[in-house]
Amino acid sequence: MLLNGVRTAAILRAERPGGKEGKRTMAHSMRESMHLISDPRNLDACVDEVFDLMLGVNCVRDAGPLQLEAESVTAVVGFGGVLSGACVFRSSGAAAITIAARMTGMEFAEVDDTVKDAIGEVCNMLAGSWKSKVPDLSANCGLSVPAVITGSNYHLHVQAPEFRLCHEYSFEDACFDVTILCDGLQ
Amino acid sequence: MSEVRTLIVDDSSVMRKIVERALRQAGLDPLVVFEAANGNEGLEMLRAHPVDLILSDINMPAMDGMEFLRQIRAQDLAPGVPVVMITTESSEEHVREAIQAGARGYIRKPFTAEQVKERVLPLVHAA
Repeated sequence: MLLNGVRTAAILRAERPGGKEGKRTMAHSMRESMHLISDPRNLDACVDEVFDLMLGVNCVRDAGPLQLEAESVTAVVGFGGVLSGACVFRSSGAAAITIAARMTGMEFAEVDDTVKDAIGEVCNMLAGSWKSKVPDLSANCGLSVPAVITGSNYHLHVQAPEFRLCHEYSFEDACFDVTILCDGLQ
Repeated sequence: MSEVRTLIVDDSSVMRKIVERALRQAGLDPLVVFEAANGNEGLEMLRAHPVDLILSDINMPAMDGMEFLRQIRAQDLAPGVPVVMITTESSEEHVREAIQAGARGYIRKPFTAEQVKERVLPLVHAA
C-alpha cells in the first residue's frame, strides 16, 4: 500500500484557496529546522500529551519492536506543504480496543467502526501535536483526514523516506508504535 | 440555566461524543446536541434547527470548518451565535484566520474538559 493518496489529500488541504498555506513564503529552508523536525523528544512529548489529555494514561517508551497479532490496526495521517510525509499509528486489534474504550468510556467486543474512528482521531491528534512542536511546520504543513487500515498480512510501503522516526510505547497491556515519515522537505 | 442547543460538527463521531461529554462536564445542562459530520451537514442542521452554540472541527471532508464558518456568516444562518473551533490546527495563523472569519473561540486538540469549560461557558453566558 502506498501513501500517495493520503499525501495528495494533505497537499491539497495545504494549498487550497482560502487556506493560503501554499502561498506562504518561508524565510528560510525547512532543512535549517531539520534538527527540530527530527528531534525524537518531540514525538515522545506529543504521545505523552495526547494520551494523558484524551485517555488519562501515562505511556512508557518500550525498547523492543512491536509484536503484532493476526489482526492489527494502522492509522495514517498525511502531511502536505513544506513537509510531505505521514504520521503512522500501529497497534494490535486488542490494543486499539483498549485505547478506544479509554477514550470513549464505552466497551467494545471487536474492532468496529467506532474503534477505527477513535484510532484515526488519536493519529490525527498525534500528527497535529507533532507538527505544532516546530513553528515553521505548524502553519505551513497541512494534515489529511485520517485513513485507517485493519486486517492481517498487509504491508505499508513507503519509498525511501528522507527520515523515519519510530518509537514504541505501552500503557497497561496496550502496546503501539508511532512513526513519523518525511519524504520531502522544502 | 435554560436549555443550550448546541451543534457539534466533526467528521469523527467519537470526537463529537467527547466534545458533548466535555460540555456536560462543564455544566451545560440541559444540553440539546445536534451533530454533523462536515460543513455541508452543519449548514443543513442550522437551516433546520436554531442553536445557541456551535463547535466545529477544521479538517473535514466535503466542506471544512473554515468554509463552514464563512458560509454561516455569508448566509446569516446563526446571527449572534458563538462559534468555537476545536481542531488539531493550532498555529497563530490558523487562529487568526478563524477569528477573522467570525469564530469567537479556539480550542486545540487534544483538550481537557476544563479548557472547554473556560473557553465555552463565558460565551454561552454572554449570549
